Formats: sequence, structure tokens, C-alpha cells
Amino acid sequence: MATIAATAEPFGPRPRPFFTPARIIIYGIIIVAALYYLLPLYVMIMTSVKGLPEIRLGNIFAPPLEVTFEPWVKAWTSACTGLTCNGLAPGFWNSVKITLPSTVVSVFVAAISGYALVNWRFKGSEFFFTCLLLGSFIPYQVMLYPMVMITRELKIFGTLWAVILVHTVFGMPILTLLFRNYFASLPQELFKAARVDGAGFWRIFFQIMAPMSLPIFAVAIILQVTGIWNDFLFGVVFAGTQNNPMTVQLNNIVNSAQGVREYNVNMAATILTAAVPLTVYFVSGKWFVRGIAAGAVKG
Amino acid sequence: MTDIQHAGALGRPVAADKPPGLLHNLFVRNLSAKIAATPMVVIVLVVFIGCTLWSVWFSFTDSRALPNGAFIGWEQYERLFAARRWRISATNLLTYGIFSLVFTMVVGFLLAVLMDQKIRFESGFRTIFLYPFALSGIVTGLVWQWIMNPTLGLQSTMRGLGWTNFTFDWITNTDMVLYALMIAGTWHGTGFVMVLMLAGLRGVDEEIWKAARVDGIPTWRTYLQIVLPMMRGVIVTTLVIVGSGLVRTYDLVVALTNGGPGLSSEVPAKYVINYMFNAGNLGQALAASTVMLAAVFVILIPWIVIEFGPKKAR
Repeated sequence: MATIAATAEPFGPRPRPFFTPARIIIYGIIIVAALYYLLPLYVMIMTSVKGLPEIRLGNIFAPPLEVTFEPWVKAWTSACTGLTCNGLAPGFWNSVKITLPSTVVSVFVAAISGYALVNWRFKGSEFFFTCLLLGSFIPYQVMLYPMVMITRELKIFGTLWAVILVHTVFGMPILTLLFRNYFASLPQELFKAARVDGAGFWRIFFQIMAPMSLPIFAVAIILQVTGIWNDFLFGVVFAGTQNNPMTVQLNNIVNSAQGVREYNVNMAATILTAAVPLTVYFVSGKWFVRGIAAGAVKG
Repeated sequence: MTDIQHAGALGRPVAADKPPGLLHNLFVRNLSAKIAATPMVVIVLVVFIGCTLWSVWFSFTDSRALPNGAFIGWEQYERLFAARRWRISATNLLTYGIFSLVFTMVVGFLLAVLMDQKIRFESGFRTIFLYPFALSGIVTGLVWQWIMNPTLGLQSTMRGLGWTNFTFDWITNTDMVLYALMIAGTWHGTGFVMVLMLAGLRGVDEEIWKAARVDGIPTWRTYLQIVLPMMRGVIVTTLVIVGSGLVRTYDLVVALTNGGPGLSSEVPAKYVINYMFNAGNLGQALAASTVMLAAVFVILIPWIVIEFGPKKAR
């Protein structure tokens, strides 16, 4: 923030003839808005490193008088979710176990579908694709119970496989759209040349299409990792209590009725749960923005 | 191009004079393409069409804990609309949805316009405005629950600083809790709208701006009367995505208020889950989810008409 404030000042080593009253107002509004958006993150971090007595006495915006990482340790190892008190660590590993295969499977299936839709059209492919896109708008609640029945029939209900299946299914529309649009933008000549040379479906995909599509794979992976990590509903319904992802455990820790509310532990737990998508966001930067922009523009 | 595609599409070789080995190869290739598209076809047929029809069908039965009830016509829907909890849920969603939609769109657009003024540290500001979107509804709900907690959060802080009459108890106030939900929801969603709107603004031709400047049209009028109408496509798409997302609102409510105080922040998505998995009243849950589906169609159909209808006219 210091650097931003510095530019808003009209003095400094380099003169800026640029600074009219209008620009000061613009910067003023943007900075105030930015502070508002940053506030919850600030409050979360400050609260998570305070002791409980300090929280009860002080205000939530005050920086900690004494920094302690005990709440973080407790949130990770021994906070109580429901009946067990093992902290968030098991939830973290469940989320990892859910997110990794779900992302791999859904991105692979969607990439192949997008590839087939562009380069190997078959009768009715556009119809199925339109249905798929419209399907992405159906509220999940409508398809939830039949999906429970299907996973029960497949004998995977309450296991990680059910969650992986569900994420693959509901990730299909947006991902297929991404890949379809991307493959359609690649020059057709490449595909034709490869076919003339006798390369088959998979060979063309793995040796020509996929290597050229690394940017869109990155976008799809970012979308899926953050989306699946943040999921709550499917985790609650399909994972089974043994496999609860981090979001579900976090909600159980914070909103459990009994005991003293340890706000510092809760905030540490919240930060820990948010850490993965935030890391993805800050590390991937432009790609994340590209991902949501590309994912949002239909057709 | 078409020849090759036809070969793939129709499952037979391009020309008859190819050696038989290749013929076999082509057959295998086509088989691969069909196998590759199978997951998509199965998902569409079984999940998006099959499961939806299943749910709609069983919403006309008196199924309780298991889906084996007898056909009873519109009875579940009559019961649904007579239920106080559903009526509260539906009106809550309507209030919350309309306000949030307008608010996120306006704030998102204004932020995008500000960001479009060739400001310094643009990517830094964009990062700040968008990061909430990377967080889950659960995380968002819990953070704001903490900030808006009257005994420990903003209210107690302000009182501690001397404003002893300062009151900010929306989260525990039956009449105001929906607005508390809105604060959290818009914090989460405006960055997304901003990014899309910014992309839309950047897509407007620089020549238009020059022409407007030459004509002496003030900047705000250029935005309102020229640029905004030109961005219709982006705006409608954003509206549809945000709108259909609002209908699904679930985890934010679970984390922030869990529907309380009382029933004052219940939403349809929670109603469905509750009757489906906790209260064991499947018929009621399916009827409620079918109504949600209908609500989404109400949002979708105008979009489909606008987006795909006038293309011929253009």
C-alpha cells in the first residue's frame, strides 16, 4: 500500500504534470475500494495471530500486541470438527486426494471431447454440445438425488470416487467449451497434414494438439483446482464423513455449537483452507484472469 | 477439409482405392473418436437430461425418504407454496438476488471504468479486487460472519472507539440479515464482474473514443450512451452467469447465517438439501428443485432469444 499512496501524492523526485483533480479523485476511489476488499484478509490474518484474551478486549482491526502462532498449530492439528479433534490436517489431505484426480480426469475428458467436437465431428455432436452448455445452468440440486442413486448403484457412494465422478460431470460444460474454442482456433492444416501422414485420433491428439494447447490446459487446470478445492456441496453429499474435504471440516469447526468460540483458531483455519486457491491465484495471476474470462464467454 | 471430416463423421474411408490395411486403420480411428466423445454423450443423456427428467417426474409423487411414491399430481407443489418456510426462502432469494444482481453489476462496471482510466498499478488493483473470487463461499461467509458479529466485530470496535451508539447488527437482525448476506456476496462477486466488464471495455474500438472526443461528448456520456450499449453482449452474458449463480446460492448462506436468525435468511437451495437429506421428504425437495430449475429458465430464455435470435437479422 505504501507505494500506491506515494504515487497519489503530488510531490516526489519526478514531477508528474499528469495529476489533475480528476485523477486524484479516481485514485482516491480506487484506493478506498481496494482497502475495503483487503479488509477481510487483514482481519483474518490479524485475528489468527492474537491470543483469545486479546481478542475479547481489543478490536478486530487492531494489530496484535503479541504475535502467537498457536492458533495456527491448533487449527491444523487439534481443532474439533464434530466428534473428532484432529484439526484440519485430515481435511486438507482429503481435499488433495479429491482435487488432484478430479482435476486430471475432468481436464482430460473435456480436452478429448473438445478435440472430438472440433476435428472429428459426428452426427448430433453440436446438439450434444448445446445440451451440455445448457446443462451447466441447471441448479445442482435438481440432479443431486439421481446422482446419489447412480453412485450408489456403482457402489462408490461415500468414497472419493463418487466425488471425482461428480466433479468430472459438472466440470464438463465449461471445460469442453474452453477446449472446443481453443482447438477450433488452431489451424486446420496441421490436423489435415497429420491425417495425410497417417496419424490416428490419439496420435494427433497427444503429439500435435496437446503440445500446442498448453496455455489452455493451464487455464483449465487453474479453473478446476480452485473450483474443486472450494466446493462444499458435493463434498458434503458424496464424500462420506471419512473423506470430508477441507471446506466441510472448516464449516464444522467454526459453526459447531458447543464449547468456547476460539476466534483466532477459526480464522487460522479459514486462512489455511483459503491458502491453496489463494496461492493458485497469486502464482498464476494473468492465467487466472484469462481463465475466468475465457470460461465466461459462451459460444 | 470436408473430405477428411466426412471420413471421420461417417465412419468410412475417403476413397475406395485405398489399401485394405488403411481401411482397417480408418475404422479404428473412427472408433477412437466415438469412444472419446462417449463420456460427453453419456453425461448429457444420463445426467443433464436423464437426472433432470427423473427429478421433475418424481416431484409429482409422494416419495418420502426413498423415491418410490405414487403419482399425486400437483400436490407437492401445492404443499410447497403453502409452506411458510418455502415462501420465506423464495422471497428471500428474490430480494437478495435482485439487489445483489443490480449491485454487483453496477459496482463491477464502475470499478471496470475506473480501472480503464490508464491508472498505475492496474494489475495490482485488479489482483486486490479479484482475489475474493478465488475464495470459497464457506471462507467468505466465515470471514464476514466474524467482521459483522455485533459483540466482537465492527460494532464493538466502533463502540470501543467512542461511538457508543454505533449499531451494526445486520447479521442478527431479522429485517437486515439479507443485506448482511449481500455485503458478503458482493464482496465475493464484484471482482468477477469487473474483469469481464474490463475485457468488454478494452474491446471497444479506440476510434469510437476519438470520434466522441472530437464531437465534444463528455466522457460520462460516452460511457453511458455509446460504450455501454456496445457492450451489450458482455453485459448480458455476465447477467446470465451471475443470475444463475445467485439461484444456486448455498454455501455462503450455510457459513454466514445458516439460514438464521429464525428463517430470515433461508434460501431455496438450502430448503432442497434439507428435505432431501435431513428431513426425508424427497417429493417436497424435488418439487422445490424443479421450481428452482424453472427460475433458471426464466433467466435463460430471454438470454437465448437475445443471443441466438437476432443473429439472422444482423
